[in-house]
Amino acid sequence: MTFSTLMQLASGLRTSIYIFVLTLLFAFPLGLLVALIRMSRNCLLRNAMRLYISVMRGTPLMLQLLIVYFGPYYLFGLSLKNYPAFLAVIIAFVLNYAAYFAEIYRGGIASIPVGQYEAATVLGYTKGQTFFKIILPQVIKRILPPITNEVITLVKDTSLAQVIAVLEMFTIAKQIANQQASMMPLIAAGVFYYVFNFVVAFTMERIEQKLNYYQ
Amino acid sequence: MAVLSITNLHKRFGDLEVLNGIDLEVNEGEVIAIIGPSGSGKSTLLRCATLLESMDRGTMSYAGIKVVEEDAQGNSVYLPQNKLRQVKALFGLVFQNFNLFPHYNVLKNIIDAPICVQKRNKDEVIKEARALLAKMGLEDKEDAYPFQLSGGQQQRVSIARALINNPKILFFDEPTSALDPELTGEILKVIRNLAAENMTMVIVTHEIEFARNVADRIIFMAEGVIVEQGLPDQVICNPTLARTKAFLTNLAER
Repeated sequence: MTFSTLMQLASGLRTSIYIFVLTLLFAFPLGLLVALIRMSRNCLLRNAMRLYISVMRGTPLMLQLLIVYFGPYYLFGLSLKNYPAFLAVIIAFVLNYAAYFAEIYRGGIASIPVGQYEAATVLGYTKGQTFFKIILPQVIKRILPPITNEVITLVKDTSLAQVIAVLEMFTIAKQIANQQASMMPLIAAGVFYYVFNFVVAFTMERIEQKLNYYQ
Repeated sequence: MAVLSITNLHKRFGDLEVLNGIDLEVNEGEVIAIIGPSGSGKSTLLRCATLLESMDRGTMSYAGIKVVEEDAQGNSVYLPQNKLRQVKALFGLVFQNFNLFPHYNVLKNIIDAPICVQKRNKDEVIKEARALLAKMGLEDKEDAYPFQLSGGQQQRVSIARALINNPKILFFDEPTSALDPELTGEILKVIRNLAAENMTMVIVTHEIEFARNVADRIIFMAEGVIVEQGLPDQVICNPTLARTKAFLTNLAER
C-alpha cells in the first residue's frame, strides 16, 4: 500500500470527522429540545415528538439519508443542483441522532429525584435556573455511559454517507480497493475507524472521570 | 404581628380532601411542633406554607405580606411569580432527605441561591455562610461534597442553607426521619440552639419527647384538621381528646 493511498484515506477521514463533529454539535442541543417537548404537558407536541422518535429509531439511517437527499426532488420536484450531498448527510444524521439522544436525556431527566426540584423551588430558583444549574449537570453525569455508546456508533455510521456519494473514508477505501484489487485499503480504513473510536472512548472516559468529583 | 398567618386552608388531591380548613398563626420567636399520624396532612400543610403545593381555598400571609388571598368565590389567588420569589427569602425549609445539590460543594450549596436568586453581594454571603458553617460545627467542610458527609452533617448543611437569607421563619419536615438514631441527636441539638436564639420555627416531627422539650406549642393533626393544640405538657401529658390519646399511646407502645 502506497503513501498516496493513505493520504487519500486521510482526506476521507477528514470528511468523516466533519460529519461526526457537526452531527454532535447540532444533535446534542436538538436532542435536549426534543426530550423537553417529549416531556411537556402539551399532549399534541408530546405525541408529535413521540412519533418523530419512533420513526427515526424504527427505520434505517441509510433510508433516511436517501429520503433527505432525494426527497426534495422526488416529492417536490426541486433541483438538487444547489443541494450538496454533504448537507443532506448532516441533516439526516442530526435528525436521527437527536432522536436517540432525546430518549437518553429523557431517561436521565426522569432519574433526578423530585427533591432536587423542590429544594431549588423553595430557594427561589426560576424554572430555567433550576433546569440548567441544578438538574442538567446531574443529568449529563448520569447519561454519559449511554451517550458514549451512541457517539461510538456514530463514528462507524459516518460510513453510511457513501450511499449518497459523499467522499468520506469508507467510500474512498472501497474505490481504491476496487482499483487495486486489494483488501488493504479496507483494512487500513478499519484501523482508522478503530483509532478514531479509541480516541473517542478515551475522551469520554476522561470526561466521566472529571465528573467523578461528586456522586 | 404574626410571622405566618394561614386561614381556612383547604387542599385536595383529586377526590381526597387532604387539608380541611386549617387556621394557623405563628408568632415571632414561637416554636411549633406539628404531630399526628401519617396521612394527617402535616407535610401537605408545610408544603402549602412553603409554596411547594398550592392551596385550593384559604389565605396566607408572611409578615404582613398577603401571599394568598381569596377571590369572591373563596378560591385562593396567589401573588405573581416574581413577587413569590421575594417571599421565598422570608422562610427556609429543611427537608427530610436534605436535598442538597450533589454537584455543588458545601459552600456553594449555601451561597448559590442568595447570589443568583436574591442577587446579594457575594463576599458578604460567603462571610455569612462561613459563620453559619462554624455555628453548625462544619467549618472545615466547606469544600466537601454532600456524598462525603454523614447524614447528620448533610442535614446541618441544609439547615445552614435554609438560614442564609436570615429567614423570618424556618420549617422542618421530619428533619430526623432519614437519619440513624445516633445522628438524630446532633440535629435536635441544632434545632434546640436555634430555639434558644428565638428563631421562629414550625417542625413536623415524630420525636414526641423532643417536641415536648423544644416547642412552645404543639399542634396535633388528624384527617386534615387540627384536632388539638396547646402547651406541650397539656397536649402530650393530658390530651383532652380520645383521638390524641390513641395516637400518643400508639407511639409510646412502639
